[in-house]
Amino acid sequence: MSSITPDGRLWEEHSLVDPVHRESQAIGPIPESQLPDNYLTNGLGWKSWLFTLDHKRIAILYMISVSMAFMVGGIAAALVRFNLMTPNSELLRPQTYNKMFSAHGIVMVFFFLVPVIPATLGNFLVPLMIGAKDLAFPKINLLSWYLYMIGLIIGLLALSFGGVDTGWTFYAPLSTQYAYGNVALVLVGAFIAGFSSILTGLNFVITVHKMRAPGLTWFRLPLFIWSMYATSLIIMLATPVLAITLLLLLMERLFHIGIFDPKLGGDPVLLQHLFWFYSHPAVYIMVLPGFAVISELITCFARKPIFGYKFVAFSSIAIAVISFFVWGHHLFVAGQSAYAGIVFSVLSFLVAIPSAIKVFNWTATLYKGSIRLDTPMVYALGFIVLFTIGGLTGLYLASLSADVHLSDTYFVIAHFHYVMVGGTVSAYLGGVHYWWPKITGRMYPEGWGRTAAVLLNLGFHLTFMPQFILGVNGMPRRYATYAPEFQPLNIMSTAGATVLALGYLLPFCYLLWSLKYGAVAGPNPWRATGLEWQTTSPPPTFNFDKVPIVTIGPYAYNPEDDERLYEEEQRNGHHPLDGGALVQARTTTKEAVAGGESVG
Amino acid sequence: MAQGVPVTEINEEIAHDVHGGRHIVPVSVYLKVFTALMVLLVITLAAAAIDMSKPPFNMPSLNIIIAMTIAVAKAVLIVLYFMEVRYSSRITWLFSIAGFAWLSIMFAFIFSDYVSRGWLPQAPR
Repeated sequence: MSSITPDGRLWEEHSLVDPVHRESQAIGPIPESQLPDNYLTNGLGWKSWLFTLDHKRIAILYMISVSMAFMVGGIAAALVRFNLMTPNSELLRPQTYNKMFSAHGIVMVFFFLVPVIPATLGNFLVPLMIGAKDLAFPKINLLSWYLYMIGLIIGLLALSFGGVDTGWTFYAPLSTQYAYGNVALVLVGAFIAGFSSILTGLNFVITVHKMRAPGLTWFRLPLFIWSMYATSLIIMLATPVLAITLLLLLMERLFHIGIFDPKLGGDPVLLQHLFWFYSHPAVYIMVLPGFAVISELITCFARKPIFGYKFVAFSSIAIAVISFFVWGHHLFVAGQSAYAGIVFSVLSFLVAIPSAIKVFNWTATLYKGSIRLDTPMVYALGFIVLFTIGGLTGLYLASLSADVHLSDTYFVIAHFHYVMVGGTVSAYLGGVHYWWPKITGRMYPEGWGRTAAVLLNLGFHLTFMPQFILGVNGMPRRYATYAPEFQPLNIMSTAGATVLALGYLLPFCYLLWSLKYGAVAGPNPWRATGLEWQTTSPPPTFNFDKVPIVTIGPYAYNPEDDERLYEEEQRNGHHPLDGGALVQARTTTKEAVAGGESVG
Repeated sequence: MAQGVPVTEINEEIAHDVHGGRHIVPVSVYLKVFTALMVLLVITLAAAAIDMSKPPFNMPSLNIIIAMTIAVAKAVLIVLYFMEVRYSSRITWLFSIAGFAWLSIMFAFIFSDYVSRGWLPQAPR
């Protein structure tokens, strides 16, 4: 027996899961008993978490660990930014400044940006979105978290006791011969963390190939899965090269085997080749999952099917492939052959095509949509702006002649922060808000959510827009001191960073608050069409009571219907399809209840 | 088979791959491949002992060509037999070939940099 859900999706028998106790209106903590039995209640001791094989619990473990890494990297960034308020490095000694920007880069890249979306949202959502009970290899999934933690702890210990001053790029011969500090230990930490991401990538590829629900063909997959698949391919093909590179660095540093140091007969540019063969694709490891999230958010909050599904799907794969042919644009002024430079420059421009396809298609999806500016959508729209600025400024850096001037200036810093922080972190936060009801079973406070999203966007532009100007004017990166005429823009940037920090701290506070006080969300508070919304929130340990059978594509939204239903919702005080749960879920905060408003 | 995998037609395919479909390789094959690898190792050492840039060969690059050819042959044997790619599905073939194709991208572009570095005439200092 089957039925059609309000979303138009065909289901076997059980259809939409029974909405659980959604009429609750209590002031103060809403007890756990109002949530269905779920993966969070299945075992409560520490062992049930540290030895769990449940992809959802591993996602939570990852979420906690990457948040810790983000805080450490954030503190280092704050020190760097405050030091740059004055031209003469009055807060930190130059050596300490070097260690701070290195710690910031290493922690943020290797321990935050690379795992952040795949290991948290990806881990949580890939099986749910394809209708599977877990990833293909649950034990390998847990192993990957342990490897990440070992790498993280080694890295953090090395950075705390002694530190390194090489930057996150470990360029030789500085890193192999001249740098003091714990370079070798940090290399080991990054090496181990690399294996953690390889295992995650492997797990995703095999899961997507082998465990899709019946009827879930490749072109019925949500675009989240396509992007995550492309990310996993890059992880598997590129990360081994990083491992080899770090090992070679270790060999030269510890045993003085000449590979990169010209004094020992090596070639320093070889390190840059090997390093960027990983690290440029790694940029796409960081941002493709961001694309993954945005495609889901835009469609849901514009209530429209994605514009040009196949183009968006294949643009992910195209980005994954092209990303491997462009690394030489990091070496334009490093002594690479001019001819190789020309080839890499041309190839680098190619990446703009699939990236632009995505941006245009998201924008086209908005056209005539029924747009709701809920928190995730604010993040998503912010993402499009930030990523477009970040992407377009990349073209300046891909042009040979412009890059000679801009290389190693703050222009580069601003460019990649627009992509990595503006892009990836916005998408991550948007995704966390969007799937928070699924992950925890509770809503976050909407007003605070929007405030934080707007603050984050404002703070971001204020922080990094001045850095573009600084870069064009010639302020170099990685110096503790600078010429006095750069001070006003640096002060603007630091002021922006303070706002930005607030934009990060707010979600941290109210999301934690919502764990206990948030309104119970119900299975599908956004009335989204993805498979993950067709099970209870939080999902049961094995995700679905029955194997879903998929008969249509992923974005069965209809903006006209949604407008009509929305008007009805405004008239009657509750949505015709969900008996008022949505309105209630969105308004049950202390303030709303205190205001005497009883909805539903 | 992973714990908790739902039983569907698609997942029966996994079960087939993992249990029913696995090719069991006789030990003799492994021994033969191992012997071949050892023989190739001896040839590698022998070839390295001869300096091909001198008469009667007079071919300076022959040493590296021979060494690399033997290395590739060894790698192919290991991938096909020890890693059992020969008995695997076509998609496994695709992925293992992709790995090597990607490695060759890296080598091709890095070497193209080294080869072309001297091409541009340098301004006199």
